[in-house]
Amino acid sequence: MSGDVAIAGAGQETGKHRVLARFLRNRPGVAALVVVLAVVFTAVFAPYLAPYNPDEQFFDGLTLEGMPLPPSQRFPLGTDLLGRDLLSRLIYGARVSLVIGVVANGAALAIGVVLGTAAGYIRGRVGQVIMRFTDLMMAFPALILAIALAAILRPSMWIVALVIALVNWVWIARVVYSQVLSLAEQEFVTAAVALGASRGRVFFRHLIPHLVPTIIVWGTLGIASSVLLEASLSFLGVGVQPPTPSWGGIINESQSYFLDAPWLVAFPGAAILVTSLAFNLLGDGLRDALEPDRTGDV
Amino acid sequence: MIRYTIARLGQAVLVLFGISVITFLLTYLVPADPARMIAGHSATAETVARIRAELGLDQPLPVQYGRYLWNLLHGDLGRSYAQRVAVTELLLSRLPATFQLMVAGIFAEVLLGIPAGILAALGRGRWPDRLGMVLAFSGVSAPQFAVGLLLLYVFGYQWPILPLGGYGTWRHVILPALTLGIAGAGWYARVMRSAMVEVLNQHYIRTATAKGLAPSKVVLKHALRNSILPVVSMVGLDIGVFMGGVVVVESVFAWPGIGQLAWQAIQILDIPVIMGVVMLTASFIVVGNLLADLVYPLLDPRIKYS
Repeated sequence: MSGDVAIAGAGQETGKHRVLARFLRNRPGVAALVVVLAVVFTAVFAPYLAPYNPDEQFFDGLTLEGMPLPPSQRFPLGTDLLGRDLLSRLIYGARVSLVIGVVANGAALAIGVVLGTAAGYIRGRVGQVIMRFTDLMMAFPALILAIALAAILRPSMWIVALVIALVNWVWIARVVYSQVLSLAEQEFVTAAVALGASRGRVFFRHLIPHLVPTIIVWGTLGIASSVLLEASLSFLGVGVQPPTPSWGGIINESQSYFLDAPWLVAFPGAAILVTSLAFNLLGDGLRDALEPDRTGDV
Repeated sequence: MIRYTIARLGQAVLVLFGISVITFLLTYLVPADPARMIAGHSATAETVARIRAELGLDQPLPVQYGRYLWNLLHGDLGRSYAQRVAVTELLLSRLPATFQLMVAGIFAEVLLGIPAGILAALGRGRWPDRLGMVLAFSGVSAPQFAVGLLLLYVFGYQWPILPLGGYGTWRHVILPALTLGIAGAGWYARVMRSAMVEVLNQHYIRTATAKGLAPSKVVLKHALRNSILPVVSMVGLDIGVFMGGVVVVESVFAWPGIGQLAWQAIQILDIPVIMGVVMLTASFIVVGNLLADLVYPLLDPRIKYS
């Protein structure tokens, strides 16, 4: 296994093929990739896929007593409290989840990578201050902090993404920091320095490329946790605001009726689970494919 | 070890100090004027100004922080805007319920996660491993509020063997603890699996098997004892994530704990209560991490800190 690593730099092309082959052998990972692509497809083509307008309140969408309808031919997943088609709302909800997941995690990744590499490469005072700060942030109860921030800042989609990024960057910074520390000790860095490469050149040409696998893996895993966090915030009412359909928000609206209309909890819950699971399994598969020498860690 | 302990304690105190600064600054993001909130909408400008002076809100920021820290060190977290009670009192009244939920939840996590991790490690590379790890990821990926509501639907309504939320008897605690357990068990299973796989490759396991020991004995006596350590320290490190889940679960199950208090306070921007909850839960996390670090070398004498 360590032989793999030693020659990985020798032939980039064969390296790529090997990564791909390793990934394709991981069945949960491949299945997860298919699901992720399906969710992205759903989000992008929502207007064409949704049977109805997600905000339209159907006259025949409620029972005579005013209760939501269970799944039927006309409404495949049933209707919600206002007589809107649940399937259409879920399809549009995929947009909210993905946009927030990707934006929030992209921002978290940017902050985490910049601060993590800075702390790991510059070290000294700056590095100390940055890492003490991440220690501090790690001691905050993330969800409570996110709820407080979201409530204070008046929730909107972008604020929710920002809040998630502010909570999630810490883990990425930690991982990147420890990676940079160990990379900086390796022979190829010493060799580059000995050959007279400038600090900047060592950093961009020799360190950053080695961080790419980490960034890819965390970029994927982080989307899973961002999707979940957004759903939790929306469920608690401080996330995406109605009438914008979001999966967590649909459950929040239906909470007091869930005993009579369990589909209003089950289907959005399943959508969150499937999406988050797919990104987690995909990230895990990518990690195994990209970093085969790291077995079974969390 | 003593020097390490002292250094580690000092570090924990510094982290708590930092948290108090950030928490204090956070409250300045609040758009509403606390004095106005206490006085009510109909109060005159004079009353608002008087309350502001009473609370010291007209003083410079560092002075306000100094006063906040001084009171904090004396166990005074201020008074709730909404309930006119000392925050410490509110927190203390909610603590037992949350504590009960925490203990039950961690118990559920361990009870579900450890056997799953062991089974996955024993069948590594084969279907029990794949299945176990997909299940572990499913637990971690499942939205707790939906899991909680669906558990309530099944076990409280369709097949009513447990109460529909609330607090009191041991029967009330089962579903919320299970909800927390399902979410956290995945991490435990993964940690347990990797630790177990490592131990199973050791020579002494091969020796134990070779001398004819029953496989169950090899696993439970030799392998489990040597691989349980990372899981023990995980309990300490887990508390941060766990506290987040507690807010959601307490909201779903109408559990009268810290999480519910936080949630109520956040909705009406009852700042002293929010600050109190954040300080308290952050202290939980700091103490949990501290214990994990300090207990670890006691359990595994091979680990020495300098």
